[in-house]
Amino acid sequence: MTPELLLLAVSVAGYTGGALAALAFRGVAARALVAAGALGGSLATLALGAWCLATGTTLAFAAPWLPLTGLALRADGLSAFFLTVVGLAAAAASIYGFGYSAHHDGRDSLRLLGAMFNVLLLSLTVQVLADNALTFLVTWEVMSLSAYFLVLVEHDQPGTVRAANWYLAVSHAGFAALIAAFLVLAAGDMTGSFAAMRSVGLTPGTRDLVFLLALVGFGTKAGVIPLHVWLPMAHPVAPSHVSAVLSGVVIKMGVYGLMRVALDLLGGGPAWWGGIVLGLGAVSALLGVLYALMEHDLKRLLAYHSVENMGIILLGVGAGLMFQSYGLPALATLGFVAGLYHTLNHACFKGLLFLGAGSVLYATRTRNMEDLGGLITRMPRTAVCFLVGAAAISALPPLNGFASEWLVFQTLMGGALVPRPEVAIGMPIAVAMLALTSGLAVACFVKAFGITFLALPRSTEAARAREVPASMQVGMLVLVGMCVALGLTPFLVVPVLSRALTGLGRLPMTPIGFSLHLPLSVAGVTGEMSPLLLAVGVALLGVLTAIVLRLLADRRLRVGDTCGRIGQTPRMEYTATAFAEPLRRVFAELYRPTEDLSIDFHPKSKYFVRTIAYRSEVQPWFERLLYTPFLSALRGAAAGVRQVQAGSLHLYLAYMTITLLALLVVARWSR
Amino acid sequence: MTVDVMMAAAQGLLALALAPAVVGLVRWLKARLQNRRGAPPWQPYRELRKLFQKEVVVSRHASWLFHLAPFVVFASTLAVAVIVPVLAVPLLVDRIGDLLVVVYLLLLGTFFLALAGLDPGSAFGGMGASRGVTVAALAEPTLAVAIFALARSAGSTNLGEIAARTIADPLSAVSPGHLLAFAALFIVMLAETGRLPIDNPATHLELTMIHEAMVLEYSGRYLALIEWAAALKLLVFFALLGNLFVPWGLARAFTLEAVMTAAGVFAVKVGVLAVAVAVLETRVAKLRLFRVPELLTASFVLALLAVTSSFLLR
Amino acid sequence: MLLFLKILKVGVVTEPLAAGEPDVIEVAREVETKARRLLGRAVAIREVDAGSCNGCEIEITGLTGPVYDSERFGIHFVASPRHADLLLVTGPVTRNMEIPLRKTYEATPDPKVVVAVGDCARTCGVFRGSYAIVGSVDAVIPVDVFVSGCPPEPADILRGILTALDRLPTRTGRRDDP
Repeated sequence: MTPELLLLAVSVAGYTGGALAALAFRGVAARALVAAGALGGSLATLALGAWCLATGTTLAFAAPWLPLTGLALRADGLSAFFLTVVGLAAAAASIYGFGYSAHHDGRDSLRLLGAMFNVLLLSLTVQVLADNALTFLVTWEVMSLSAYFLVLVEHDQPGTVRAANWYLAVSHAGFAALIAAFLVLAAGDMTGSFAAMRSVGLTPGTRDLVFLLALVGFGTKAGVIPLHVWLPMAHPVAPSHVSAVLSGVVIKMGVYGLMRVALDLLGGGPAWWGGIVLGLGAVSALLGVLYALMEHDLKRLLAYHSVENMGIILLGVGAGLMFQSYGLPALATLGFVAGLYHTLNHACFKGLLFLGAGSVLYATRTRNMEDLGGLITRMPRTAVCFLVGAAAISALPPLNGFASEWLVFQTLMGGALVPRPEVAIGMPIAVAMLALTSGLAVACFVKAFGITFLALPRSTEAARAREVPASMQVGMLVLVGMCVALGLTPFLVVPVLSRALTGLGRLPMTPIGFSLHLPLSVAGVTGEMSPLLLAVGVALLGVLTAIVLRLLADRRLRVGDTCGRIGQTPRMEYTATAFAEPLRRVFAELYRPTEDLSIDFHPKSKYFVRTIAYRSEVQPWFERLLYTPFLSALRGAAAGVRQVQAGSLHLYLAYMTITLLALLVVARWSR
Repeated sequence: MTVDVMMAAAQGLLALALAPAVVGLVRWLKARLQNRRGAPPWQPYRELRKLFQKEVVVSRHASWLFHLAPFVVFASTLAVAVIVPVLAVPLLVDRIGDLLVVVYLLLLGTFFLALAGLDPGSAFGGMGASRGVTVAALAEPTLAVAIFALARSAGSTNLGEIAARTIADPLSAVSPGHLLAFAALFIVMLAETGRLPIDNPATHLELTMIHEAMVLEYSGRYLALIEWAAALKLLVFFALLGNLFVPWGLARAFTLEAVMTAAGVFAVKVGVLAVAVAVLETRVAKLRLFRVPELLTASFVLALLAVTSSFLLR
Repeated sequence: MLLFLKILKVGVVTEPLAAGEPDVIEVAREVETKARRLLGRAVAIREVDAGSCNGCEIEITGLTGPVYDSERFGIHFVASPRHADLLLVTGPVTRNMEIPLRKTYEATPDPKVVVAVGDCARTCGVFRGSYAIVGSVDAVIPVDVFVSGCPPEPADILRGILTALDRLPTRTGRRDDP
């Protein structure tokens, strides 16, 4: 029993134990055992991934547990990396879940939550190890279904069932595309093993078809525009630690699948593959953040940001695919490394943000930012954690978001080495879109953190909020630590990722040279920087300034009123809608906001206003132009088909007779 | 190595010392262009000295973020001033941060300043924060594409490399790519430092404020730090415009004579840019807030043209 | 271009500050030496309209123009009492402005100076005895210097401010720092 298999077995045992404990026990015991099982399993997963990355060993396992082709598992560098992502996010979410699921105590939903959470984590772990088509597809479906049930846990809230249904429908549409892709890729080989798929020779047309099917299938899971509509519906309504895993890990499976199929199994392709992925990435990033700006539901805002960050990841992956087709392996590796680094970073800071939002929800019972405020004094530790997450997702140095976005920028700027006009025009536009996305993310998170945590509480629920239990705080702090650590040490992470990608597809067998000195420099491309020294420098300057000020400047401090006012009420503060208003005006062509203003006057005089109700909505373009017509056409077709199944026995007998006669005629004629 | 560290420290100190004078010079020039005497160019030093001795009054609704923000803004802007080439290239500090680091460090300052505007719960602070991050976000694409244009011709995003490349190839300084990038960056400088026509630094009407509105609640030494950081930001942009596009005068060797010359040439460049800014501020009126995106889009188009032209004219 | 040619043609039009009538400015309280020394070269002024008819405001507006040019003395007007060192108060204090005036005073960091401008600020002027008035400015906040006039000339207001800071030029020359 090799160490890798041992760790895998421990991991599986942990998850299974947690799932069973959820069904067998109740109350605090159930929560504790579920959390322990999930935590044990995810730590084992993390250890397995780290071990495989560090030592470079590959795990291989086969068993006839599945019909037809059997279960086949293999861990190469890419799988090992995704194992660490799964393990990390799951560990933090498990710890957090212990405290968070307390309000499900005594209800059946606790069993569903605990069991399905562990099943989800199990399917994620096995999914990235899958080495043949059937294993991959089965674990993919288990993952989707367990996620569906998890979204349904709080089904008594309005909108949950609808969100879950959308998720299921889009997920299965993607699944159908995936089945088709794997069927074509297997090319008649009954085992469907990935090894066979790598060596099979397909015509370029077939390869393009497989790529497009895989793009659609994995794109639905990743939440790429225009297949993203389920994301802002499903992620907010799930329990918060589940949202963290959904946003942090499950949508990354789309990236994993795309890289596995396009890079590994197909071995890369023509430049337009990378171009499409790059374009979709850029559009997702920009539209994701633009729609996030207009949200005042905290979790929906975070869900749209997931769309944005998936776009950034796809920018890196698409650039990698494109540069590989142009024969620039170093730059291609850089692109993939940037995409994978951002995957890990996003899992950390998005997980952190969702856990923070969950803490706010736990303490105030509302997700609406317009009702929050003043939480920085009432929930100080949550506020600090959320601030770190907000700074990380806004790509502010020296946190992890900046490190991976810097790498994506360097990849895109490396496009200057390709002397093709479409690249020369496309790259600056991609760079501009990424920069605009980044700037708008800063704006959005100033709004999210500022309105939720700062100033005065805007409702009694927010005023009564208290700090969350210790388990939830620990879960958040783990991710805070990872955000800081990953941000300060890109010189450690990047070489590991580059080694993990060696040999994948047509990437070179030896890792590309990355400078291992304190600054992170990219050989043969552009740019050097060192977040560690930067952080030390800025901190040093700040401390020096504080010391000098203490010694030389006046030290008096007096507390007064804001703006010299007589009384400060929350109604004097800025609202989330008002904060985003300038950007809503700038991008009005995209949003086409509808405004509904109703003013209620005092019956005696029109000069006294009693209430004002203002309602503004953003046009849901994708729903209106893409999904609604498609769904109406589908309903129309279904209604048409219903005519056939009219319920009349005579009609059915007539069908059977006609079919029989037709078959006899055909059989006679084809003799 | 120690010489490098000393040079970096000297750069930072020079920037710190020179920054209020730059703001004072622009104000003095504007006063003269308004046909009045105005305060001498060293007036901001007196103001800073006075502010450091004044009491700090803080709103009772403000949190620890309000107290932390001035230090973050000041430290990050000072760090940028150390990285940007002021006196000499190449320096070891060049390997710690490149142009992208500079842009994002400035964004870090804006992030915390905006949060500090929202913290005391005043509507003006919220309005300033909202407008401030809008302008910062819309200036980002131009900055990134202008960096792309510069990095493309230099082969690196590190500032020392860019400056060194332009020194090595003097004709590239007048190439269309460089000129267009200069124009684009000039407009972005006006936006980021809160100068006319985007923002009036001397206005008292809160509804016309962007940067000022975020700092209405600050007083005493906190206000001094923020004002100094704003002056540093202006100086940093002048240094970028001057030393990246016209890098002659930067010391290549670390001799006293070279450093003195570099300091002198830098002062001259800063003076020229200050005159340009003062003349422009006198000539134009402030734009309506919702016309500012149009101006920033124009600067983006300029930057895009810079990149395209540098590709086509290779 | 025409604009700049005109600017060059007109030149600097700032008038030197002459010594004015002595009884226009009344020093009510001596400002501490420490405060005077601190604020001597750089003063930030917040103008507070405590119910005036705006006649004094128009004169104060002239202070920042080219002719009187308060900026050459290191004076600049700020938008928030938190940024201010000197409060320039006009008008008889109306009932509605009593608390805001007091709050503005409290919001101004130490050390601070108060200069009350106009006859209304000292004696309530023509509004004396009205039902809407609380009293003169020094009934609400401590005042250091009064400048009389209805409205006082900008030069008198400037002299009042400089007297409060003990920076009145002793000679009638061009130099503004003694």
